[in-house]
Amino acid sequence: MSEFRNDVSIVLGGAAGQGIQTVEGILTYALKKSGYHIYANKEYMSRVRGGINTTEIRVSSRRVRAFVRRIDIPVPFKQGVLSWVEDRLSDTTVVLGERENVEESFLGKVNLVEVPLTKLALETGSQLYINTTAAGLIVGLFHGDFGAVEEYIRKRFGSKGENVVGKNIEAAKKGYELGVKLCEQGTIKVEVGRDEKVREEILLSGTEAVGIGALAGGMNFLSFYPMSPSTGVSTFAAQKAEEFGIIVEQVEDEISAINMALGAWFAGARAMVSTSGGGFALMSEALSLAGMAENPIVIHLAQRPGPATGLPTRTMQGDLNLVLYAGHGDFPRIILAPGSMEEAFYLTAEAFNLADKYQVPVIILTDQYFVDTYYNLPRPDLDKVKFERYIVEAKPGYRRYELTEDGISPRAVPGYGEEVVIANGNEHDEWGDITEDAELTRKMQEKRAVKKLETIRKNAPLPKLVGEENADYLVVSWGSTLHAVEEALEELGRDDVALLHFSWVYPLNPETKRFFNDKTVIVVENNVTGQFADLLKKELGVEIHHRVLKYDGRPFSVEEVFDALKGVVE
Amino acid sequence: MNLPTGREAFEPRRPGSKDIAWCPGCGNFGIRNILISALAELGLKPSEVAIISGIGQAAKMPHYINANGYHTLHGRAIPIATGVKASNPELTVIAEGGDGDMYAEGGNHLLHAIRRNPDITVLIHDNQVYGLTKGQASPTTMVGMKTPTQPWGVFEEPFNPIALAIAMNASFVARTFMGYFRESVEIIKKAIQHKGLAIVDILHPCVSFNKVNTYAWYREHTYWMDDHDPHDREAAFKRALEEDPLPLGIFYVNEKPTFEESVPAYRVDKRPLWKREPRLDLVGKFFEGKRA
Ligand SMILES: Cc1ncc(C[n+]2csc(CCOP(=O)(O)OP(=O)(O)O)c2C)c(N)n1
Ligand code: SF4
Repeated sequence: MSEFRNDVSIVLGGAAGQGIQTVEGILTYALKKSGYHIYANKEYMSRVRGGINTTEIRVSSRRVRAFVRRIDIPVPFKQGVLSWVEDRLSDTTVVLGERENVEESFLGKVNLVEVPLTKLALETGSQLYINTTAAGLIVGLFHGDFGAVEEYIRKRFGSKGENVVGKNIEAAKKGYELGVKLCEQGTIKVEVGRDEKVREEILLSGTEAVGIGALAGGMNFLSFYPMSPSTGVSTFAAQKAEEFGIIVEQVEDEISAINMALGAWFAGARAMVSTSGGGFALMSEALSLAGMAENPIVIHLAQRPGPATGLPTRTMQGDLNLVLYAGHGDFPRIILAPGSMEEAFYLTAEAFNLADKYQVPVIILTDQYFVDTYYNLPRPDLDKVKFERYIVEAKPGYRRYELTEDGISPRAVPGYGEEVVIANGNEHDEWGDITEDAELTRKMQEKRAVKKLETIRKNAPLPKLVGEENADYLVVSWGSTLHAVEEALEELGRDDVALLHFSWVYPLNPETKRFFNDKTVIVVENNVTGQFADLLKKELGVEIHHRVLKYDGRPFSVEEVFDALKGVVE
Repeated sequence: MNLPTGREAFEPRRPGSKDIAWCPGCGNFGIRNILISALAELGLKPSEVAIISGIGQAAKMPHYINANGYHTLHGRAIPIATGVKASNPELTVIAEGGDGDMYAEGGNHLLHAIRRNPDITVLIHDNQVYGLTKGQASPTTMVGMKTPTQPWGVFEEPFNPIALAIAMNASFVARTFMGYFRESVEIIKKAIQHKGLAIVDILHPCVSFNKVNTYAWYREHTYWMDDHDPHDREAAFKRALEEDPLPLGIFYVNEKPTFEESVPAYRVDKRPLWKREPRLDLVGKFFEGKRA
């Protein structure tokens, strides 16, 4: 008998186009509704059909938000899945599936619980029902709420008619009963506590958190050119465009995307572009224009491994240097990197206020791992979302680039007020007209690159410290690695190790330096050189003692971080 | 404070706009005059107009006309102007630049703007040469012309913007020579009034770098089309293929929905985007849906 307690990691694996997403959808929905904490994440190959894609679903009695390497129950939908995840299987792993989906070499080696999915599906009427049967089976193992499975099927297949809905429910029921039976027979035992609160929580993905955050921040214009893994956010916005009454336009290239968005901001809209490294590279010309013209812009960049086309569907935190240094000439920018769904929501909304206020590019850095992750969380509090508008009226005598102490000139938009607004990507005087005057050039350079940057820097929020302020070891994370590091540290359970997480990545408030005093600093990041570690050193002069780096296109697992940290502190 | 009106209103009063960087005798002065007359005659106010320019001598226009302006990047005026118009359809939006700006660096944007059909007016100052960078060939330079960077003489087939735009079924296509003041004002007025993307190729001499296409050359090698029906696409295309003399006038007019009319943003709410607030009610509704 195999027993799983409190936290079960299920991995569904199959080819693209095999309908794994249906299984994932039913499972996460029904198990969450049953009161289990859910975390899910997928990894996929850059192809539309075939290949091997897997989804990890953690079902737990407490909040879980990070990827684990361990697989408790793999469910293979084709041969090759087990080989693909071989290094994640262990003695306690139980393979749930049909013998024909298990490679020869694994037979006899793994604990295989054969389940007649095809037979059950055929009994329902067609091989097609195999996915729903499998989903029902897993929900059954947890004695989950079958009503929730039905509900999901109705929602998802409702448009296809009563017959399709009925058949799918029947298929799910067959699977469910089998799942329950496996437990009763004692073949598998699953014990995960339920948390009533979870039922009322929401399930949200990184893509959705960024997308809905943007809408909460007043985004009313989005222009984009498709590029994985950023496209989801644009798709999300396009799906919401009618309801929210906003403009979402797929344009000819990334150059056009960002320039259109700059024009939109110039005219007072709140615009965003969503892209990935390769697309952002094309945008760097316009980024410079935003810097010179002090034109606000919000950019969502979902990172994937580079250089060039790299690994299109995989993950890396490798574009920090790109966004830090892109564009020619000196000008400030703000770089944000949410670590949780909550942060992705609030920070994306806030990005629009920041862009409006400081009139600089605000870049939201996520990555494939983050946008494709989802879990349950309490519904965000909309009272915490503040809409701050900084537009002034162009009264007679208005000067777009008025020199001010804090480096911020009041921004008017065309059509509001009698006077005109002149913006300029050439060096300019206070009115916005071209200048080559040496003295003015000096003042304008200082205004943008020194005064304004200082204003932003001193108002930048501090990173989040988890643990004791006087711990000996300080583990540093930024962006999407937050939860893996958090969970690894919980497991490590040592008072002398604290976590410092950065979601506001640049510019750094000088106050931040105090967190590092007399500590052994360990930076964890998902790239090959330690780009953030270098930034800390450059910006704050802190000494980095250890770099824990991962750069195979995969996210950090809790176990990996745990092992690496243990290695350092013990 | 009383702001001036009429033609006067479009004369900038800013200190930096006094120093005009065009060579004496350049055709750009004439285009400026034409544009000011067109805007004034249409009864527009400077605050209602936005001139978005790229980079080049032509693109310096926003500094010499009193209207909202954004002097942007080489080749990028069209997408920026599209964003401006889409965000505030109440503005009269003009994208301006040279032939290098619009046909070379910005060529792709021009093609896709024709497909997208924003209600903007694109004015191309076509001097058949690069002015600001000192006389290199542009996409419209004539075969055989020698330049510092084509000392052997240009051999590339010149770009035919009129034929291209008609082939792509653009909304409004015209050509004029800035030496004909009144006719040019009328064409530009029609282009601005036209609903949809209006492309006007404005021939103008570059007295410093183009010794071939002079004022006299344009007068001798152009003629006005006066028996042409701009709604006849085939006829328009035939005219567009004529090379010497070059026809002037409105080649093609094609009424179709604009970008701003097609986006969902203005179906219910007609206000420009800057007047709108986030729809937190709908955000809340989204979260409710994620609970179930
Ligand atoms: C990205 C970029 N490439 C090149 C240039 C240099 N440049 C400035 S103006 C210009 C061409 C100008 O020619 P045209 O657009 O015909 O305008 P004109 O000066 O003749 O009015 C070039 C190549 C630039 N500013 N930006
Ligand atoms: S270089 Fe040519 S186009 Fe430019 S201002 Fe001088 S004459 Fe005019």
